[in-house]
This record gives sequence, C-alpha cells and structure tokens, in this order.
Amino acid sequence: MEVAIKAINLTKRYGNFTAVDHVNFEVYYGEIFGFLGPNGAGKTTTIKMLTTVTRPTEGTAIVNGYDVIKQPAKVRESIGVVPQEYTADEDLTGWENLMLIAALYGIPKREAKERAAELLDLVELSYAADRKVETYSGGMRRRLEIAMGLINRPAILFLDEPTLGLDAQTRAAIWDYVYRLRKQYGMTIFMTTHYLEEADRYAERIAIIDHGKILAIGTPKELKEKVGGDVITIEVNGGDVNIARKVIEGIDGVSGGVTVNGNTIIFKVRNGNTAAPIILEALNKLSIRATSITIKEPTMDEVFLEFTGRRLRDEEGSSEEFMRFRRTVARARR
Amino acid sequence: MATRLHPLHGLWALTNRELAKWYKVPVILIISLIQPIVWLAFFGKSMNFAAMFTSGLNIPGLNIPKQVIDEIASEVLKANFGTTDYFSFLAVGMLSFITLFTSLQSGMSIVWDRRLGGVLSKLLTTPVPRGNIIMAKVLNSMIRSLVQSTIVLIIAILLGMRLNPSLNPLDILGAYAALALMSMGFASLFVTLALRSTSWESQMAIMNLLNMPLMFASNSFYPVKSMPWWLKPVAIVNPLTYVNDINRQLLLGITGGQSLLLDYAYLIAFAVIFSVIGIVLSWRYLSEA
Ligand SMILES: Nc1ncnc2c1ncn2[C@@H]1O[C@H](COP(=O)(O)OP(=O)(O)O)[C@@H](O)[C@H]1O
Ligand SMILES: [Mg+2]
Repeated sequence: MEVAIKAINLTKRYGNFTAVDHVNFEVYYGEIFGFLGPNGAGKTTTIKMLTTVTRPTEGTAIVNGYDVIKQPAKVRESIGVVPQEYTADEDLTGWENLMLIAALYGIPKREAKERAAELLDLVELSYAADRKVETYSGGMRRRLEIAMGLINRPAILFLDEPTLGLDAQTRAAIWDYVYRLRKQYGMTIFMTTHYLEEADRYAERIAIIDHGKILAIGTPKELKEKVGGDVITIEVNGGDVNIARKVIEGIDGVSGGVTVNGNTIIFKVRNGNTAAPIILEALNKLSIRATSITIKEPTMDEVFLEFTGRRLRDEEGSSEEFMRFRRTVARARR
Repeated sequence: MATRLHPLHGLWALTNRELAKWYKVPVILIISLIQPIVWLAFFGKSMNFAAMFTSGLNIPGLNIPKQVIDEIASEVLKANFGTTDYFSFLAVGMLSFITLFTSLQSGMSIVWDRRLGGVLSKLLTTPVPRGNIIMAKVLNSMIRSLVQSTIVLIIAILLGMRLNPSLNPLDILGAYAALALMSMGFASLFVTLALRSTSWESQMAIMNLLNMPLMFASNSFYPVKSMPWWLKPVAIVNPLTYVNDINRQLLLGITGGQSLLLDYAYLIAFAVIFSVIGIVLSWRYLSEA
C-alpha cells in the first residue's frame, strides 16, 4: 500500500515543553487513521505540523509525497483541513464562506459554484446556504466546516476532533457524512478524537498518543489482541471440567491462566472468533459438551489503560473540553 | 491537478470578504462619517475667521476704513492658511482625517480573525500566500478610505467648500493617490502591530489614543508654523501633513508648504517601508506560529 502520510521523528517544542516528541507513523492511501489521546496529548499540534500551519522543531513529515517543511505550498494544495475550532467567517453566509475558500485554492468561479452546491447538498445545508453563519447551530457549523475542508477535492482530509461538543445524535450524523464523503471521493482521512468509542468504531487504524508520544499503533482489533485478546467463558455439561481445562491450556493462542469456577471455564485468547470453533471441536472429541460460550473483546478503555497506565473517561474529557470551547466562544462573542 | 497559482492569488477574494462586511452594514459606514462631518459642519462653519475680522470690527479712537481691515484680514489669513477660505482649508484636512481613522481600524480586523484561533487558522491551511492575508487588509483599508473620503468631499462641497476653479481630473487623481499612500502606510503599520494581539479592547485603546493626537499634530486644522516648537517636529514627520499639503495644492490651488515632488516622495517612502515591514513580519510570524 502506498503511503499518504509519513511522520519522521516529528517533534514540536514550546520552550522547554515538548508537545510532540519524536513521533513516527505511516498512513496509507484510502484509510481512516485515528489519533486517540486525552486533552493536551499533542493531537492538534501534530495536525498543525502535518498541515503546515506550524513548523516542526525537529523531524519532518511527508504528506501526499511532499515534505511539509520544504514544499508547504504543495502540501496545502493536496489537503483539506477541518480544524478543531470553528473557522468559518460568522459575518458571511455559508455560501460566501465556501466561495472564499474556493478562491484561495484558485478554483475557477464556475467550478467553485458547482462544488459548493454539491457539498452543501451532501451535508444537507442547502437550505441555509444564504444565511449568515452566526445563525447556525453547532452541528450545522461542523457540517459547513467539513464542506469547507472538501472544496478543493483533497487527497487527504484532516479532521481535528470533528465531533467535539456535539450531542450523541449529531455525532453519529457527522460520522455518517464522513463515511459518505470518503465513499464518494475516495479520500484518505486523518482524524483525532478523545472519544474512545469513536476511535474504535470509525477509525480503521489507531495511534494512541499521550504526553506527545505514540504508545501503540494498529487496527482496533490488533490493539485489543495486544492487550491479551478476547475473554472466552465456556460452560460445560457432563465430562470432566479438569480435562476440559487441560485441553484448553494446550490450544494455540491461549494466554495467561485458565480459571475454573464450577462448570464454568474462563480464559484469555488472542483471537476469540477463530479459537472458539477449534476449542469446541477439541472438547467434542472428548465428549465434553459446552452448553454456552461467550466471547468478549476487550474494550478500547482497557486498551487505553494497558498502554497509558490510566483511564480516559469519555464523559469527563468531553464535558471539560466542551466547557473550555464554550468559554472561548463566549469570550469571542463579547 | 491544480493550475499554477500566481503570487497574488486570493488577494482579491480576501479583500472582498472584508469589504463585504462593510458594505453589507451601512450603519458602520455612516457612523464613521459622523466625526469628520461634525467637524466640518459645526467647527468649520463656526470658526469663520474671515467674518471675525470683518463683521463690526470697530476699535474706538481709531477710525480705520473697513476696506483696510478687510485687506489686513485677508492678508493675515493668506499668510497663515494660504487662503481666506478656512472652511475649504479644513475640509481638505478632514479627507486625511477620515483616511487616518479608517486605516487605524485595520488592526482590529486581524485581531478579529485571530479570535477563537478560527478564520486565520483556516486561511493558513490554504495555499494562499501569507503576505496576501495582510495585504488584503491593507487594500481593504485603502478602498474604504477612498470611498469615505469621496463622501466627505461631496458633503464638504455641498456645505460650501470651494475647489480650485481650474481643477482638472489629474488633480483629483493626485489627491486620491496621496490618500491611498497614507492609508497603505498606516494600515500596514497597524496590522503589523496587531499581529500578536488577541484583545480587541487593547487594539481599540491604541486606536483612540493615536487618532486625535495624529490629527492635531498635523496641518489638518492649522498651519505647522503656528505650532509651538515642540510640536513642530511631530507635524513634520506626520504623513497627514504631506497629504494635506498635496491636496491643498491640487484641490484648492493654493501655495503649499513644500514641493509636490517632496510630498509624494515622502508618502511613497512611508507606504513602501511600512508595507514591506508588515509583509515580512507577518510572513515570518504566520509561518512560525
Ligand atoms: N502555542 C503553544 N504554546 C505553548 N504550548 C502549547 C501551544 N500549543 C499547544 N501547547 C501545549 O502542547 C500540548 C499539546 O497540545 P495539543 O496538541 O493542543 O493537544 P490535544 O490537541 O491533544 O488536546 C498541551 O499541553 C498544550 O498546552
Ligand atoms: Mg486538540
């Protein structure tokens, strides 16, 4: 697979403080890559360096084949960015904002109009196109921001906390748009989030970042396997539980101890879905019948705990961040 | 995929964005015109030097013929203002005042774009050259200044300003050029000063602090030679003085303080130096951010 983004020892220091610390990763064309980490982890700083807004203190990154330090203009032409904050000009209408951004990319007027109409339709904002952005709701503004990020048909789209401060329903809707857009335009998407469940559900690969360092990279499945895989609980009926236990201990992929509790056997296995049939067959040969079996994947929460040594609570993180966001908005409006 | 982008691309789009905020809200335009018009209508019409000298000036014991008093008055006025018509003298000063006032405001708009980190952070992700973000604000300020000056000029004429009878279109062009150069210099200066500022209150304070002193420390209201010695140097480096000198020569046809050539040279230097500084600093600042 070809590499869309390659970060090489990417580092940003603010004075003595290292916000992003020698980060290395690759993002492939066509995938949705997620940066997962708590507030202050360095997600936004990484995006700012990848999108040429901030210059790396050390290291560099190749985006769509161009070096962010040496060829920033080329990078900017290749990417679309939906920053963490709202960036539309509140005094202009949604339509005017799109046309402005289109002009900055050098898109001819006629084509810009076609694209703007198409994008507004896609994010279901056509009805509000001629309204000033200051009258938009939070969800509408996010959708407009996404449309603005797509006006230049970017090869790579950067989304910095695209669902921040939105209610659950709107969040789901935003992801729906993102998936539709990717299907329509075949983009690579680099997104950040501090919502565990969003990273798990929507990103194809995840990098866990904390204190400016990447602690793990992989598909959600791989990360869960690294934690020790799935937990399988089997209840057996008839036959010897202890023989069953011996059989299970001998199966490839089973790790850690196997616990027996009455008729119930509990153990960890790297991949529960493939291990389960093998185990059942082995037990069957010895005439041990299983009456029930459950396979439980570890949650992203457990994955995060494993790699960072602390929990990332969705609720606390989001409400705190949202209040900060609200305060900024309020300050700006004053 | 992309067509080659020329160095000025996006400049007009960004300028137009700023202009749109202005012509869409005529109230702002009208409010900013109030000050110069009040000066003209109240102060300019009341401060009637010619009438002060001639209406009923009668010194007991001396029997000076009215004709002599008129003669003296007109010579005194000419020696000071270059004309007997103080209202027209002041009206030219108001053209540079409205231009100054408009240009000082351009610092506000960059502060506004930085709020929330919003608009500006989006612009920085697009291929628009960094310098154009700043130049758009300067260009916007120049266009606004000229439009507002035109309105002030028309109102002044309606109120009785007398233009040079042999005025030709080139004179008007020259006057506009002088105003545009001054606007370019001041707008660049104030956008640059505002680059790092996030508080529009402090920007507003700077604006209000400099507005009146810059106007009074120039020949907008009175000639430089009537100023106290300590104020003269300020007036001599003040670009307003040069703009007024040009415009009084061109629009009113009166003899100026110095040659037009010197006036223009000074204004061009002012505009070029500050816009170059502005572009260089903003480029550096916006790329390092
Ligand atoms: N301009 C800056 N100056 C100083 N410190 C900064 C600056 N921008 C970010 N930081 C710090 O860098 C760290 C990472 O910030 P950020 O990348 O915004 O985190 P995230 O997006 O993951 O919440 C934070 O501790 C933040 O305070
Ligand atoms: Mg962030």
